[in-house]
Amino acid sequence: MTASAFRKNLTLTLLVLAALLLLQFVLPEYYVLMATRMMVLAVFTVGFNALLGYVGLLSLGHAMFFACGLYAAGLSVYHFGFSLPAAFGVSLIASAALSLVIGAITLRTIRVSFMIVTLMFAQVGYLAVLYFAEWTNGQEGLSLPASARQMALGPWTLNIADAVTRYNIALVLLAASLGLLLFYLKGTRGRVATAIRDNEGRTEMLGFNVFAAKLEMFVLSGTLSGAAGAAYGLLFGYLGATFASFQYSIEALLFTLLGGAGTLLGPLIGVVLMVAMIDKLSELTSAYFLVIGVILIVLILWFPKGILGTIRERWAPWLL
Amino acid sequence: MGLGPYLLLATLEGLVQAAVLCITAAGLSLVFGVMRVVNVAHGEFVMLGAVIAWYAASLLTGHPALGFVVALIISPLIVGAIAALSERLILKRLDYNPEATIVATIGLLYIIQQSVLILYGPDARPVDPPFYYTIRLPWFGYSAYKLFVIGAAILIMGLIWFVLQKTRAGLIMRATQFDRETAQAFGIPVDKVSAYVFALGAGLAAIAGILVVPIQQAHYLMGTDPLLLSFIVVIIGGLGSMSGTVVAAILIGLSDGILSMMFSPTLAKMVSTLLVALVLVFRPNGLFGKAAR
Repeated sequence: MTASAFRKNLTLTLLVLAALLLLQFVLPEYYVLMATRMMVLAVFTVGFNALLGYVGLLSLGHAMFFACGLYAAGLSVYHFGFSLPAAFGVSLIASAALSLVIGAITLRTIRVSFMIVTLMFAQVGYLAVLYFAEWTNGQEGLSLPASARQMALGPWTLNIADAVTRYNIALVLLAASLGLLLFYLKGTRGRVATAIRDNEGRTEMLGFNVFAAKLEMFVLSGTLSGAAGAAYGLLFGYLGATFASFQYSIEALLFTLLGGAGTLLGPLIGVVLMVAMIDKLSELTSAYFLVIGVILIVLILWFPKGILGTIRERWAPWLL
Repeated sequence: MGLGPYLLLATLEGLVQAAVLCITAAGLSLVFGVMRVVNVAHGEFVMLGAVIAWYAASLLTGHPALGFVVALIISPLIVGAIAALSERLILKRLDYNPEATIVATIGLLYIIQQSVLILYGPDARPVDPPFYYTIRLPWFGYSAYKLFVIGAAILIMGLIWFVLQKTRAGLIMRATQFDRETAQAFGIPVDKVSAYVFALGAGLAAIAGILVVPIQQAHYLMGTDPLLLSFIVVIIGGLGSMSGTVVAAILIGLSDGILSMMFSPTLAKMVSTLLVALVLVFRPNGLFGKAAR
């Protein structure tokens, strides 16, 4: 990536983040809540896209990492009374460790086998949530008590159940994950990752350790997803088995495909459009997954590059 | 009840499950072998078969066998037609790209499942077995219908074997599976073969659905378990190998039946899924498979 292209990407990202910062003063309350959800899901999707878009590995099991972060943070607050930052730290370590192990096993496979193996591990994770119902309360889930969602911050109390606080925490997390990915991609390691996506055999022949590079991105991706899960659990105060289900892995895929795989801001765009649409649809019917199915097929048939991917191809080749 | 009869009951239940699983997995295996497509919507074809059987049974009042027989005829045809149509409209256009077809069949899964939810509703509905007869064993009574399911599975697997090994259609399918390009060079219409094979695989799933519905009830989410289990069977048996599929189905069906009676079903499912994922990683040709060509 040339220096000027990097500067353009950085400027664009900062502009989007600034717009999000200002948006909270304009939006009505209900939409602030929705935008908060969108930003947390966008962090999840950024994590998913790090793997799919930049190394070319399609995982069908990312709900496992999202749920890992969610439960690691939520359960340590619920059962052990951890403070919020400590719980968040636990979730980062847990999801990094889980993605290291799962990555080291699954990255031995490629393509279709990789998709199936990640799907199966995620299924094991989902069943584990149900099986350890004593801790997780299974399908019904747990609600975090209001007292657990506050913390002392010097002389003030920070209440993360408060809508505005919540919005800004999600925004900071989104900014951090976008920044992390942007700088990662700018460096040598990021270039090796994209080289693997474009031609794995050649990258290996040039002497790069392909497995290590893939594993590194896998851990980055899993940890970002875990961080999103932790934020989701803590900010909204609910832990449920649905977050570990296949459906959540598919949603990350759907958001990424819509926004454009391998684009920095694509996940955010995909999440915003899809979540807004699902919100409208679920007022009309409980069968809104029908529409998700149709959109998946339409995207894969006629629009495989997604919104930002198409824009990059036509007008803005510098987009990262 | 002593341990012996208890084990006998568990074995019988396991064999019934193995029988249904065999037919479902054979369809999945056929589609994967010939088309190299991993059909995530396969479980939904089982569900469609079961739901159509319910409609047949409730529309044709009279003897339950009548609805059952009618369902056995029309359900695979309807489901096969749906499958052939989606193959033409979606999979063919994706040029059978393995990754893209997985995403597309996930879409198909949601479309079928949610359409059934809208049209048929969220309830689980029972279907009468075609005949009521209980075989009296010294320790417990056992439904003869379940034994009929085992017999039907043996018959169907025999038929599949016969078609694949002894008929011209089977030869064409095997040739396409062995080497698609060479088959095409020899004038085999591989394109049409794909559509027929996809329909055939879906039809087999539908038959499994009809057989299982008197035991299980018809529900719009019932496709998930058969999908995962037949994935497991096809992977253990070696992707695309029919004899491996049969052995693995019996193995998985029996062990699942016995394990679920001794441990919590969730734990049994967890352990078997984990083991199978590891098999796929470390023995990608299946436990019985030969090394890749």
